[in-house]
Amino acid sequence: MNIHEYQAKQLFKDYQIPVPEGKQVTKPEQAELVARALDGEGWVVKAQVHAGGRGKVGGVKLANSLKEVKEISASLLGQRLVTQQTGAEGLPINSLLIEKIYPIKRELYLSLVVDRASQRLMFIASSAGGMDIEKVAHETPEQIVSVPIHPAAGLQGYQCRKIGFALGLKGAQLRELEKIMTGLYQLFLAKDASQIEINPLIETDSGELLALDAKINFDDNALALHPDIAAMQDPEQEDPKENEAQQFGLNYITLSGNIGCMVNGAGLAMATMDLVKLKGGLPANFLDVGGGTTVEKVSEAFKLILSDPEVKAVLVNIFGGIVQCDVIAQGILAAVEQVHVTVPVVVRLEGTHAEQGRELLAKSGVNIVAADDLEHAAEQVVALAKGR
Amino acid sequence: MSILINKHTKVICQGFTGKQGSFHSRQALEYGTQLVGGVTPGRGGESHLDLPVFDTVAEAVNSTGATASVIYVPPFYAADAILEAVDAGITLIVCITEGIPILHMLRVKAAMAETGALLIGPNCPGIITPGECKIGIMPGNIHLSGSIGIVSRSGTLTYESVDQTTKQGLGQSTCVGIGGDPIHGMNFIDVLSRFQADEQTKGIVMVGEIGGGEEEDAAEYIKAHVTKPVVAYIAGQTAPPGKRMGHAGAIVTGGKGTAAGKVAVLKAAGIEVVNSPTDIGVAMKGCL
Repeated sequence: MNIHEYQAKQLFKDYQIPVPEGKQVTKPEQAELVARALDGEGWVVKAQVHAGGRGKVGGVKLANSLKEVKEISASLLGQRLVTQQTGAEGLPINSLLIEKIYPIKRELYLSLVVDRASQRLMFIASSAGGMDIEKVAHETPEQIVSVPIHPAAGLQGYQCRKIGFALGLKGAQLRELEKIMTGLYQLFLAKDASQIEINPLIETDSGELLALDAKINFDDNALALHPDIAAMQDPEQEDPKENEAQQFGLNYITLSGNIGCMVNGAGLAMATMDLVKLKGGLPANFLDVGGGTTVEKVSEAFKLILSDPEVKAVLVNIFGGIVQCDVIAQGILAAVEQVHVTVPVVVRLEGTHAEQGRELLAKSGVNIVAADDLEHAAEQVVALAKGR
Repeated sequence: MSILINKHTKVICQGFTGKQGSFHSRQALEYGTQLVGGVTPGRGGESHLDLPVFDTVAEAVNSTGATASVIYVPPFYAADAILEAVDAGITLIVCITEGIPILHMLRVKAAMAETGALLIGPNCPGIITPGECKIGIMPGNIHLSGSIGIVSRSGTLTYESVDQTTKQGLGQSTCVGIGGDPIHGMNFIDVLSRFQADEQTKGIVMVGEIGGGEEEDAAEYIKAHVTKPVVAYIAGQTAPPGKRMGHAGAIVTGGKGTAAGKVAVLKAAGIEVVNSPTDIGVAMKGCL
């Protein structure tokens, strides 16, 4: 789960990680008031959306006067921001973060992630902050320093110093960095984060360290343990279909094609999308109906797929293990009864109760193409989506 | 021969009396697995599916001599269950549970490092040696005792591979679903090395997916150590970056863990990679 920058910075404050002075606002007048109260000679107005790359597309703007703060805020609020990380529709700017501007001497990078290879939490730092860190890692790996943390020992002082020296910090800055890293580590553990990133972590002209940006992702599997974090969820920043799917316990992801896919199992769902592409089509979605599925769940899943106006044909691909194919068939039929299905549906059922499932569909009189194998099913659905 | 489990393997079930535990235990018994009892704290002394229920794994191990355990407990209790099994001397732990917090798994892995116990999963279908022993949620009837070792991060793609190798008449020596979570137990190499050493296994199917770097590591290992033919398939060619595709571990971040990258590394290591998941069985037969 993602949260907004202003929420992440509040969590940073709770864990003694220094952040710029600032406040979140939802109205231009409020922005002006906040800027006035912050004092200083310049302010930054930052659009609060769940996507990176805001600066490049006008989502982060500098203001030199209070009037400008208000004008910029008015121009951003209510708009949608399209960045390289959002779809073409972009994300709604419902609030802004107004912050004081600080004189920047250097931009650094610091993150805490789950490293799959070492199976440890790992700090990653670089003196090349403010840039795309993957690019830095790829082009100049010597500029990256990483430190894995043993879960039993926890973060040690020497590990903080190692990063501090690598970043060229001195004296009091080393202690400041240790405070920041300790805060990040504690925050990560206390709230079941899955990734925390500060890019950039700045050194001001006076030598202070400040988290100029803040990005926190949380482990969805642990959200039920943290109602305070779950409450920070902003559904308006997510795809409406993905929100709806979540309510029914379905794994759904919107894609840009026109062939709806309903599959059981994440791996098979990905493989089905790939096969559709291989046969010359484009999947409209990823959808895993999961293991212990019910007629109701399948029916909701089917309706969800059909609610996408781009969908020209649907492919249902089920390999029944725990999932029983007749349950899938009943779910499809229940959905067909409730919504008018105008697009062709290709169904491939294999595994547990496949025969019963096929029989149910065949007897229903609904216009469903039964495919005997997966390859065939993919070819048929691609042809049907192209109107053949 | 087979790897890790056979008809002599004695298995207990943690979360035995729950809905999932009961359903799959019944299936395992029907398949012929030597399921010898189960654990549900507070219900020790009872009988369930005509088998003894124990309060603790230690008691179950002492009374039954079980060496393997399958776990069906809810996600927030699964780490506890895994470590209890380790502590009781279970040597093969199969954790089916999906949705375990990642920090729990980091601690489990660190705690298991000094023990000799093996973990399969979590978030996996389990392991099966056809005709002998089934530990997990896979449909038993699609399997056929034979010569192909299957290792996969995905449950349903394991079933696809099984179905295709069965239809080709090859059958399977052992099938291992290593699970879809980013932090998990046995990895591809742990299983590949055992297939290489196993006489019954003549060919290997490896099914990977986007996210992480285990397929890349496996490619290097296969090039250096595996002489048996390997057919690989990688799911997620069309997965958009930054989106988690159902499995917690199936995500492309920062351009790393892409299907295209994995396919390229596997091919460079001389491994036969199929583009379509429907070609796995045919390709395997062609390699033998």
